[in-house]
Amino acid sequence: MSAASGASAPRNRLAVAGARSTTEAMLRNQPRGDVIRNAIFAGLLLLAVCIALAGLLALLIQAFAKGSSALTLDLITNPPSTAFPDKAGYRPAIIGSLQLIAGVMLFVVPVGIGAAIYLEEYADGSRWWNRLIEINIQNLAAVPSIIYGILGLAFIVRGPMDLGFILAAGSLTLALLVLPMVIIASREALRAVPDSIRQGSLALGATQWQTIRTQVLPASVPGIATGVILAVSRAIGETAPLLLVGATVFVTFDPTPFGSDGYSAMPVQIFNYALRPQEEFQALAAAGIIVMLVVLLAMNSFAIWLRNRYEQRW
Amino acid sequence: MLQSESKRYGERAIKWLLASCAVLSVLTTTAIVFSLIGPTIGFFEVVPADDFFFGVDWTPQFEPPSFGVLSIVAGTLNVALWGMLFAIPIGLGSAVYLSEYASPRVRRTIKPALEVLAGIPTVAIGFFAVSFILPEIIVPLWPGELLGGAEGKPFLALAAGLGIGLMVVPIIASISEDAMSAVPRGLHEGAYALGATKAKVAVRVIFPAALSGIVASIVLAISRAVGETMIVVLAAGSTPKFTLNPVESIQAMTSYIATTATGDISTGTVDYKSVFAVGTVLFVMTLVMNVVSIRLVRRYREVYE
Amino acid sequence: MNSSKWLAAIGAAMILALGVAACGSSDDETASGNGAGGGGDLSGSIRIDGSSTVAPLTEAVAEQFMAENSGVRVTVGTSGTGGGFEKFCAGETDISDASRAIEPEEEQACKKDGVGYEEVHIATDALTVMINNENPVSCLTVDQLAAIWGPDSKIGIWSEIPDLKESFDEELALFGPGTDSGTFDYFTESINGEEGVSRRDYNNVGEDDNATVKGVEGSPGGMGYAGFSFYTENEGSLKALEIDNGKGCVPPSVETAQDGSYAPLSRPLFVYPSEQALQKPEVKAFVAYYLENAGSVAESLGFVPLTDEQLTEAEAAAEKAGL
Repeated sequence: MSAASGASAPRNRLAVAGARSTTEAMLRNQPRGDVIRNAIFAGLLLLAVCIALAGLLALLIQAFAKGSSALTLDLITNPPSTAFPDKAGYRPAIIGSLQLIAGVMLFVVPVGIGAAIYLEEYADGSRWWNRLIEINIQNLAAVPSIIYGILGLAFIVRGPMDLGFILAAGSLTLALLVLPMVIIASREALRAVPDSIRQGSLALGATQWQTIRTQVLPASVPGIATGVILAVSRAIGETAPLLLVGATVFVTFDPTPFGSDGYSAMPVQIFNYALRPQEEFQALAAAGIIVMLVVLLAMNSFAIWLRNRYEQRW
Repeated sequence: MLQSESKRYGERAIKWLLASCAVLSVLTTTAIVFSLIGPTIGFFEVVPADDFFFGVDWTPQFEPPSFGVLSIVAGTLNVALWGMLFAIPIGLGSAVYLSEYASPRVRRTIKPALEVLAGIPTVAIGFFAVSFILPEIIVPLWPGELLGGAEGKPFLALAAGLGIGLMVVPIIASISEDAMSAVPRGLHEGAYALGATKAKVAVRVIFPAALSGIVASIVLAISRAVGETMIVVLAAGSTPKFTLNPVESIQAMTSYIATTATGDISTGTVDYKSVFAVGTVLFVMTLVMNVVSIRLVRRYREVYE
Repeated sequence: MNSSKWLAAIGAAMILALGVAACGSSDDETASGNGAGGGGDLSGSIRIDGSSTVAPLTEAVAEQFMAENSGVRVTVGTSGTGGGFEKFCAGETDISDASRAIEPEEEQACKKDGVGYEEVHIATDALTVMINNENPVSCLTVDQLAAIWGPDSKIGIWSEIPDLKESFDEELALFGPGTDSGTFDYFTESINGEEGVSRRDYNNVGEDDNATVKGVEGSPGGMGYAGFSFYTENEGSLKALEIDNGKGCVPPSVETAQDGSYAPLSRPLFVYPSEQALQKPEVKAFVAYYLENAGSVAESLGFVPLTDEQLTEAEAAAEKAGL
């Protein structure tokens, strides 16, 4: 706030004081009806927020209550068992999920960042093919996950790629599902870098790629990393596409990426346990949910911490 | 001296490499369309189109089979309808609260909570819907025999609907709140200066100004609700019924695809092709909704300065 | 923090994930649980698919087999008896679980694709009609069941069932498997006289017989049919109907299924290994193991083990087939 010149300073102070007291008087003397209506309105809004939070709390509490009995170390080390539910666990599913997301990251990081760099730095926005690409990405982000399952079934598992019902196929399907998210998040991160950086670099004689590689990309890495982590956490929780590309449920051995003996994943295993009426399996399903929620919470918190810590203010 | 060090064609190669990454998105869409079209056409060679689009009986596995897709479309809309009736007031209410009423400290606690809700896997929400919402909330609170009563039914459209509603509340809340925060302070201040109350400012000034973002968030939420699979499979049942009654068990398009196509199914049968036909309907529906939401945003966007 | 450190971090995370995965997959001993000391020099994989009724028994036998032969991997799918045969005859699976005998069309399909097989009778099932605990009805005749489940049936309330002795006004909520299920085939053939003929407006659970249990448990007027094991696993929460086939009401049980008095719903359960699969030593061993051990596992899981007579017959047939 620029300081007023000496002569008008007392006048300014007077004006400000006058304005403040008038506004406060107005706000204080509102008609009774208005005050009540405002209070009710504010109350309703608060109620809405509380209902949303109550729903979240109820979900967490119920999962914990139902699943705490099954939360033993066995859960992580034992394979699933139909005959002995008290000894059953999630081991192949956990390993399957880990391998799946390793595959997703292997695909999505280079391709997603590459696409984002192209669209932000190289593409001429007025050309029809670039607009087509952008429209496609927007639409793909809104396609239901089960359609990606159909895509995987018809194209990756069978059809042209014909990989069979292997874990790598599931990984690729999930990667295609979250790719639009990564592209969009990376574009935002790239866009946040001010143009002056690019111009300066080019003015000093660097080529476009050198500029991107040494200036733009490093500056946008935290934003990109956040986007990748959020996309991966979405991929971990997806069930529907995996059901269609062959995540068989009764697998007691540890899956491998290219093994054709079948594989499983956490959400799919939880789903199967949830379908069985016996109490022990319901508890197992709830316990699996707790494990997943803890992992996802950790990942999302990490992503947010990343964003806050390394975000650069220009 | 101003010559760059790297050779020109290296640059172009990189550009093409990056472009191919981006073109993958177009290839994906093409692949989706292709994988749906073939079997769908095969399907319509066996099943007449008006039986499919206008029939209300979906029993593809019986002899003789009946392929009226309206039955499962109604199931999808049933669940989505009740979900949105829950999510819109809760989501918008939360958004208005967060952007107009909440202190920064409150906002800092509630926003992450909503993000947590957004990150919960749908299988967990589905489990919650069928094992808690159904028995502990719907059955005790549902008024007696209204619309057939909620007693004694292990699967209810309403349970899935509320689960889906809970799932999309964060979408509506966070996008609407962003839209409302983007409205310049000048409009707020001007309204207050003219003597408007807080409620009036929120409803009459900010809300209409942010309308495009709000509507976009709702359409996006509907799109998510229509495409949701796991919650419906776990909580809504598997009986196709042409009804919008919330206390019935129904089958949605997504649950039909999931339960029919699970694992290895043999190619070539009409059942197999019906999965793709239903997939096409679903794909087209969400595509249309997406296009509509983009158009709406463009049309109603208020540009400031 | 510069970008190379970031890339290193992401790379490290991925390598860690792959490392855990790799460690896991080479660690077969622990994976198979506390078995009789792992070992065995059999290795390979066995693909089994088919009936959701037989699957729990196959899964339990497979678990024990894998505990003793840690090099073998057995996967069990549940596409239904019909779905299983489709894949079996296309050469996609090694063994097909079936809750009914293979049908002529399926035999043809197998022959066409050059898939030979053996039929191994491994247990018996007492297909159970389950009702809710609140239901006062205890016995129904086959004719009454046909009236309820027939293709033109319009019965919507229990009191509409002809000749019902008890009075019960609840709405009829029907649950049953889908058309790929051997249970569906067997039930419709025994009750309605022809396979595949059934009313359509019941809750179709596909291959998920647990949903039948859940459904009947949750509806006072519920009625559903599924394999005996699904009843015994949930015995306190459901009732099993006694069936009157003209000779009085007979409840489903191990004894009534073995002596044949629980008619017409007691049925043999089979596994069909293909001749190609039997070339593999691990498959041969598995089928032999199955015959030997099904009996001890069967009853605890709610299946009806073979009588000694049936067992000798089955073993003789297996001997002849070279097992």
